[in-house]
Amino acid sequence: MTRYAVRRLAIGLVQVLAVVTAVFLLVQALPGDAAVALAGDNPDPRRIEEIRAAMGLDRPAIERFGAWLGGLVQGDLGVSLVSGRPVVEFLADGLGPTLVLAVLALVLLVPLSVLLGVVAALREGGVVDRVLTTVTVGLHSIPEFALAVVLIAVFGVQLQWLPPTAVGADLLAQPQVLVLPLVVLLARPVCSVSRLVRAGMVEALASDHVRHARRLGIGERRVRFAHALPNAVAPAVQQLARTTDWLLGGVIVVEAVFVIPGLGTILVDAVAGRDLPVVQGLAVVFAVTTVLVNLVADLIGFRLAPRSAVVA
Amino acid sequence: MPTRRHFLGLLSLAALSGCAPVSAPQAAAPKSGGRLRAAFAGGGAKEVLDPHLANLFVEAARSKAMFDKLADLGADVSAQPRLAEKWEPDATLTKWRITLRDTKFHNGQPVRAEDVLASYARILDPNRAFRAKSSLALVDLAASRAVDARTVEFALKRPFIEFPNALAAFGAYIVPAGAEDFAKPVGSGPFSFVSFEPGKSVLLKKNPDYWEGAPHLDELEFVIANEESARANALLGGQVEYAHDLTPTTARSHADGRISIHRSPNSAVQAFAMKLDRPPFDNRDLREAMFLLADRQQLVESVLAGSGQVANDLFGKGYQYYADDIPQRTRDLDKAKFLIRKAGAEGLTVKLDTSTAAAGMVEAATVFADQVKGSGLTIEVVTGNKDSYWSDTLKNGSLSSFRSGAMPIETHIAQRLLSDSGTNVTKWARPEFDDLYRKAVSTVDPAERAGVYREMQRSLHAEGGYLMWGFADWIVGAAPNVGGISTAPANTLDWARFDKVWLG
Repeated sequence: MTRYAVRRLAIGLVQVLAVVTAVFLLVQALPGDAAVALAGDNPDPRRIEEIRAAMGLDRPAIERFGAWLGGLVQGDLGVSLVSGRPVVEFLADGLGPTLVLAVLALVLLVPLSVLLGVVAALREGGVVDRVLTTVTVGLHSIPEFALAVVLIAVFGVQLQWLPPTAVGADLLAQPQVLVLPLVVLLARPVCSVSRLVRAGMVEALASDHVRHARRLGIGERRVRFAHALPNAVAPAVQQLARTTDWLLGGVIVVEAVFVIPGLGTILVDAVAGRDLPVVQGLAVVFAVTTVLVNLVADLIGFRLAPRSAVVA
Repeated sequence: MPTRRHFLGLLSLAALSGCAPVSAPQAAAPKSGGRLRAAFAGGGAKEVLDPHLANLFVEAARSKAMFDKLADLGADVSAQPRLAEKWEPDATLTKWRITLRDTKFHNGQPVRAEDVLASYARILDPNRAFRAKSSLALVDLAASRAVDARTVEFALKRPFIEFPNALAAFGAYIVPAGAEDFAKPVGSGPFSFVSFEPGKSVLLKKNPDYWEGAPHLDELEFVIANEESARANALLGGQVEYAHDLTPTTARSHADGRISIHRSPNSAVQAFAMKLDRPPFDNRDLREAMFLLADRQQLVESVLAGSGQVANDLFGKGYQYYADDIPQRTRDLDKAKFLIRKAGAEGLTVKLDTSTAAAGMVEAATVFADQVKGSGLTIEVVTGNKDSYWSDTLKNGSLSSFRSGAMPIETHIAQRLLSDSGTNVTKWARPEFDDLYRKAVSTVDPAERAGVYREMQRSLHAEGGYLMWGFADWIVGAAPNVGGISTAPANTLDWARFDKVWLG
């Protein structure tokens, strides 16, 4: 398993490099550069040239990319073209809110969706199962922004039970601002993960090895939770990994609607400003996150259900 | 529960109250104390506290709270003395003697002539690209000098009676000599710096020694909310007391007293720019046909949701030197058809470049394309990239959406309508017009000068490239207990000015 992990990490490194190269080329391909974006509605060509020179954008693209890669190897992500602040500071600023949301969402998501999935599976075909199925399928079809807008209008503005946004707030000191964003973030993943857990559990309960465990006289509770559940959860782990990756990438819609300055907001601002070093710094973070989360998910899946050997 | 009828009732009430200048209920007498939280759109990565780099509205508002310029724009968008107590040109209009107010920076040091010279030298640094550079470019720094601690003598490269406009230029703030690190900015403005979290908030506290009198507020916090709906929701939810830049739709649907709406008329001109140096709009008849095709009232009603006024193809309604004696143009389809035929442009399809770079531009383009139908001309709306829009339309295409914030009419002409202007999007380049401009800015007598500006505006109105159809109100929302919010046009001194604001 260690050899497998090392090989996956090596592949991951190549993937990260491929991603940052692609991102560099894509941002180059966008119309306009940081100087044009900064000049905005005062696009005096003389001034744009001056901004370009001041930002070092008059150097060839390949040279700038090379210099940036050289810095990356030494752990230096460079500085923002526009404000001159180190990119690391941007990432640190955005990572806090994004991590708070992602961790809290996952902490709530895992028990909640496993519980719902197991309950539905144990009552397969019953009223509880049907109600859960109807609700989860229905909820899963509502996009985040629509749910967010409705929740804000009802609970934030009309009833005034909860703050409508997190503007200017310290997320941990004022946890009430996190309630609505977390509900929005959880709504769809709870549905998808609990559906997978339910399906896995139904299948596991009908499997040979559970039937064998029952024949051995092992108690029903133990059969369900020690024998059936780990097999049932294994397929859900992949979905959980995708959700984790999605959350760690900074959910742009949720950040924008609730005014949470996480990584998603930084990405949107940086792309609009063509602030290439910041965009590339984020690309590195997102690529590394994706590689690591998927590796961890595969390893966990391997532990939970060793028979379904992982193909690298 | 409010019914649909109830809701419609509210809408029409809102529309009614929009007609009369009924200002929102305000806290009556100024009161001291408290913290005001103001929500603005921000720029995340772009945000800086260096006032010379200010670019966004939030940066302009923060700069104004912490720093002063020598002059700033009054309600009629003419330059008013600020840190400069007075200015006196010599007879040649190339030497300007400026007396500074007796005041101090937040660190207790006096504001001296050498700080002024150092600030302008920083802006004019050839290796940098500050926004105010082009406005101050006519200052001959080497020949300018500090006469004494509170007197500066500026030497100009050419006679320029409108030099105070340059002193009021966007970003021309006075900083202490040698200031380069703006992590903890020190200015002379009504508020001093407390803390900054980029992309999130800036906290300031009152400067009790401000030369124009201490602010009413104890503290002022700028918070960032990029989405307009989020600013409105934060205001409705009591999370902020001031929400900058709301849409007419928001203003209408919340005119029920929970928040008060403040409208600044004549804040942003809305236009279409035709390029004169290329077909088809190198033809004067076709330009006039375009002027006559626009149903301005309908554009204002639909695109600006009534929050604005019609324009007359001229910049700066209500501003100093505006030619308000020129009759208002109205739609005349028959004459437009005739002119299109005369120009041989019947059956022609013209691309209208637009983008979401400014609110309402795409909508205006769509409405106008509809108004042109049946005239013989067809307009095809093309939506481009918003981040590079202004630079793209300066160079490419023949017809594009345009908008501009407030600036003196002289500045508008200098930046956009001279042969060598940097942002001449209509490519209006006429030596005789350039001569008139030079004459205006070297004419001392105000009445005579106004006459020259009027002559220039007459020729722009008759055959220029800007089809200016409306002036949008700038809309700000505030909690009902906030008093002292001015309705001066955006970009002027009193816009987003918080030292005169109080919490009731």
